[in-house]
Amino acid sequence: MSTATTPRRGRKAPGRGGTRGGETTAGWLFTAPMLVILGIFLFIPVVMAFYVSLTSWNGNGSPFTGGENAKFVGVDNYTSLFAEDGLRRQNFMQSIGNNFWFVFFVVPLQTALSFFLAIIVNNKFLKGKGFFRTAFYFPSVTSSIAISVVFIFLFANSGAVNAVLGKLGVDGPAWFSDSRGLFHIAAGGVGVDTAPGFAQAEVFGRSLWDWFSGPSVAMCVVIILVIWTTTGTFMLMFLAALQDVPVEVEEAAMLDGTTGWQKMRHVTVPILKPAFFLVTTLGLIGTWQIFDQIYVMGKGAPANTTLTPAFLSYKQAFTTLDYGTGAAISFVVFALIIALTSGQRWLLRDRDVPSRRKARAASIAASNTQTGARK
Amino acid sequence: MTLRTPQWKLLVLYGLLILFAIGFIYPFFIQIATSFKSNPAATEDPLSLIPNPLDLDAWRRIFGLEGGSAVPIPLWTLNSFFVASVVTVLRVFLDSLAGYALSRLKFRGRGFMFATVLAVMSVPGVALLLPRFLIVNYLGIYDTYTAMILPLIVDAAGVFIMKQFFDSIPISIEEAARIDGASVFRTFWSVVLPMAKPALITLTILSFQGSWNEFTHFLVVTQDVEKRTLVTGLASLASGELSAGTQYPLKLGAALITTIPVAILFFIFQRHFTSGANEGGVKG
Repeated sequence: MSTATTPRRGRKAPGRGGTRGGETTAGWLFTAPMLVILGIFLFIPVVMAFYVSLTSWNGNGSPFTGGENAKFVGVDNYTSLFAEDGLRRQNFMQSIGNNFWFVFFVVPLQTALSFFLAIIVNNKFLKGKGFFRTAFYFPSVTSSIAISVVFIFLFANSGAVNAVLGKLGVDGPAWFSDSRGLFHIAAGGVGVDTAPGFAQAEVFGRSLWDWFSGPSVAMCVVIILVIWTTTGTFMLMFLAALQDVPVEVEEAAMLDGTTGWQKMRHVTVPILKPAFFLVTTLGLIGTWQIFDQIYVMGKGAPANTTLTPAFLSYKQAFTTLDYGTGAAISFVVFALIIALTSGQRWLLRDRDVPSRRKARAASIAASNTQTGARK
Repeated sequence: MTLRTPQWKLLVLYGLLILFAIGFIYPFFIQIATSFKSNPAATEDPLSLIPNPLDLDAWRRIFGLEGGSAVPIPLWTLNSFFVASVVTVLRVFLDSLAGYALSRLKFRGRGFMFATVLAVMSVPGVALLLPRFLIVNYLGIYDTYTAMILPLIVDAAGVFIMKQFFDSIPISIEEAARIDGASVFRTFWSVVLPMAKPALITLTILSFQGSWNEFTHFLVVTQDVEKRTLVTGLASLASGELSAGTQYPLKLGAALITTIPVAILFFIFQRHFTSGANEGGVKG
């Protein structure tokens, strides 16, 4: 679990004797393939894409030679997303709104559910833990596309979910073609069917009424799907963190006569704070990148209510053949994710957690992975 | 003192767990059952787990016995195995090499290189979609196996996992080999790698799973129906591109074929999957 910030184990002082000679050559030779691949397929392309985001390339010819097909337009593509009234801004802002509501529901729900399952599975006296762990984790390892296909069937008009709802006497919606926002449906329930005056005010070319629509019914299927597939992974992270809760602490809490709920609130949850940060950070990073499921489940339909920035970036480039704007959107998403993770890390830094955990959690946030504490 | 949970509480816990387990597993059973149904029967009673009558039409098409080349699932399966195997072999080797150098070898620029690896790991995959297309186009390898494989043969997370592992094993055995006059590469190949078996298995599984399930990269660097993998092929099938309509048994069967290899790996090497999830194999 050592990282750049912690001392490295199993190393003696370097530079003694002839055996260390030639390590510079070997070091560069060993890392050369990595450097070449990352250079050619990561660094250079990102620079290229940034240049393309400053052009109006339409996919014809080379984007780098200028001319009619790829005029240099400066930051026009970026301003068209934020400041100019038009289809680009309209789609982009709608995709941001859609993705916001997606994140708003997925991150808290997947965190709560995975925590809840981890606590139950962690019970010492429970038999058959292995089975439950496997059952909850399995969806996480399968292909997102294959799982989406299964969900398309489950939520089809005459699919399994509506069949269950039918047995309960409920008329299930036409999930994938229902573009009504959840909050609009709720407002309709109390008789508010159109935007009241104050909600007609526009922010970035969209009315407040539209911004506060909540996820559409179609988006709810994606929300359920993503919670269902990610919960297992996050449950394992909570389980790993629960192994770190010292037995003495638990026993002391027991001896003090705390109730289960008090123990949860005052002992378990505080100790698991780093795990909560990890899970929410990874959740935020993942949910703002949602793409595969959108691609298979309707490509933004119905009425653009499942359009997300990641998918819009792809669509704008490869379908609308407006590569410049597509690239610009991907850099905005990139910046958004970096901002969110930095925000999380900054919050993390102010937490009063043991330094070992803190270092670990920080390196995790930096690297988008978790380093195992037990080896 | 005993800290036993009372019996009735355990019962409630079991009830909850079983309820959730059904929610997590039942969809897979429905998927299997539906792939053996006829098209109309699939939506007539979507909940039934026993296909009646048994209909093998979807499976005949999946195995290429019927339906021609519009949906060449056997070819896609071969592509998947080919691409995932090549990526896995190369990635495990190259990630170990780099991880070993970053852990053990003293050379100028190592600290900077490790910082770069960490930085690369935090680049959101979705931001690479268009860049990858641009470079592949620029190099003139669009729509080739080279374009599918080459960008995936090194991954920063794998380098990170291997470096962490090498950091955790004692250096004395290597030093003995080096004093006996073995070269750096020889020491790495015949002394260090055999000791690294657990990490190598984990990385092999994560690499295979990752490249088998890969979608966006193949989506942007290929076009040809014959270059599709099971995952990209399934996506085109599901989004109605290949005029498959609502043939749920065929789609669910194809999705099942896509799931099975990873499922088999999962059940054999479960321990490595779970340790992977806690070390760097975060799905995303």
